[in-house]
Amino acid sequence: MQSPTTTKQSKAASAKEHPSGDRRFKTLDMTMKRYQYKPDALIEVLHKAQESFGYLEEDVLTYIARGLKLPLSKVYGTATFYHLFSLKPNGAHTCVVCLGTACYVKGSNKVAEELEKELGIKMGETTADGQISLMAARCIGACGIAPAVVFDGTVAGKQEPEMALTKVKEWEAE
Amino acid sequence: MSVKTLKIDGIDIAIEEGATVLDAARQAGVPIPTLCHLDGVGDIGACRLCLVEVGGSRRLLPACVTEVAEGMEVQTNTPKLQEYRRMTVELLFSEGNHVCAVCVANGHCELQDVAIQVGMDHSRFTYRFPDRGVDVSHEQFGIDHNRCILCTRCVRVCDEIEGAHVWDVAQRGAACYIVSGLNQPWGEVDACTSCGKCVDACPTGAIFRKGSTTGEKERDRAKLDFLVTAREKHEWTR
Repeated sequence: MQSPTTTKQSKAASAKEHPSGDRRFKTLDMTMKRYQYKPDALIEVLHKAQESFGYLEEDVLTYIARGLKLPLSKVYGTATFYHLFSLKPNGAHTCVVCLGTACYVKGSNKVAEELEKELGIKMGETTADGQISLMAARCIGACGIAPAVVFDGTVAGKQEPEMALTKVKEWEAE
Repeated sequence: MSVKTLKIDGIDIAIEEGATVLDAARQAGVPIPTLCHLDGVGDIGACRLCLVEVGGSRRLLPACVTEVAEGMEVQTNTPKLQEYRRMTVELLFSEGNHVCAVCVANGHCELQDVAIQVGMDHSRFTYRFPDRGVDVSHEQFGIDHNRCILCTRCVRVCDEIEGAHVWDVAQRGAACYIVSGLNQPWGEVDACTSCGKCVDACPTGAIFRKGSTTGEKERDRAKLDFLVTAREKHEWTR
């Protein structure tokens, strides 16, 4: 059994710095502290981690589990349940194809298919070189310009498969 | 403690407040099929097999998580319920890869028992034949996700009785699966104490002891109840 004093000391040490020296862990510590290391703050802490790391790597999930004193499987289960959290890094460029009803009717599935074929990946995946992530969305609220595709956060309307391919090929040429 | 009186399939019952409809039905000797319910651990109402009709409610309610109320009138075996239960079992069969002939739990499987109980002889739904994988990295046990029905008994038994919480449910919807640790191979999860309670808790042949072959998985279900009674009431009853 650890005496209460040693627990305190080790806690203080962990709050100081993550062994990797990565300062982003300090932000995580601050967030967890703000929620008094309460287990119910898991989702809020995961949000913060996703925001500062861009994705949730194993190391980060373990760190959060230790901090909130939660079982690893529970943290993993929560992180994989919500689509907003991603466990893999996103590509340098992101391409989101809207597959909402209006865009779909206007042929966004064709756009999606062509992009999948060109990049050799499926929706929700990232190319092996980490350059391009392909994603699908269910209505981005741009039905008036259907079919819509979002290239790096910029919405492009009335997309023919060829137009989307040209844009993606530009990225590939970089 | 206050007592509630209710009727289950026309039988009058008096049971303490806070008990579930399932408890009451068992007291009355009325059988209700269950899969995710396991004596000794909490109920979650996941399998929907224990659905009952309650007078005054248009919805069907799961008996295992519905508390008894004064004057309740419960029907447990109407033609509608029989039809729904059979459909639920058919869906369970078509969702995974449940091939009894080559399963360790053949003859000792609760999914099989329930299928017989509700009179399911075939599935009207197309089988999905998912490719789910098997983890045999643990030195004593293995988990075959193809046979898993996601009842989460293993999750609850590991969390509530053993306290290790090795298991949980990862992903969502059709992609759901039982995950050990941080999606690690079971054998590499530090938290696992190799107690084997999940093997006893598993209703199908999904979690098994290594080395057992077709029809050889028999479990000690009473052990879990014994442990809970011992822990909570300090009564060692066997």
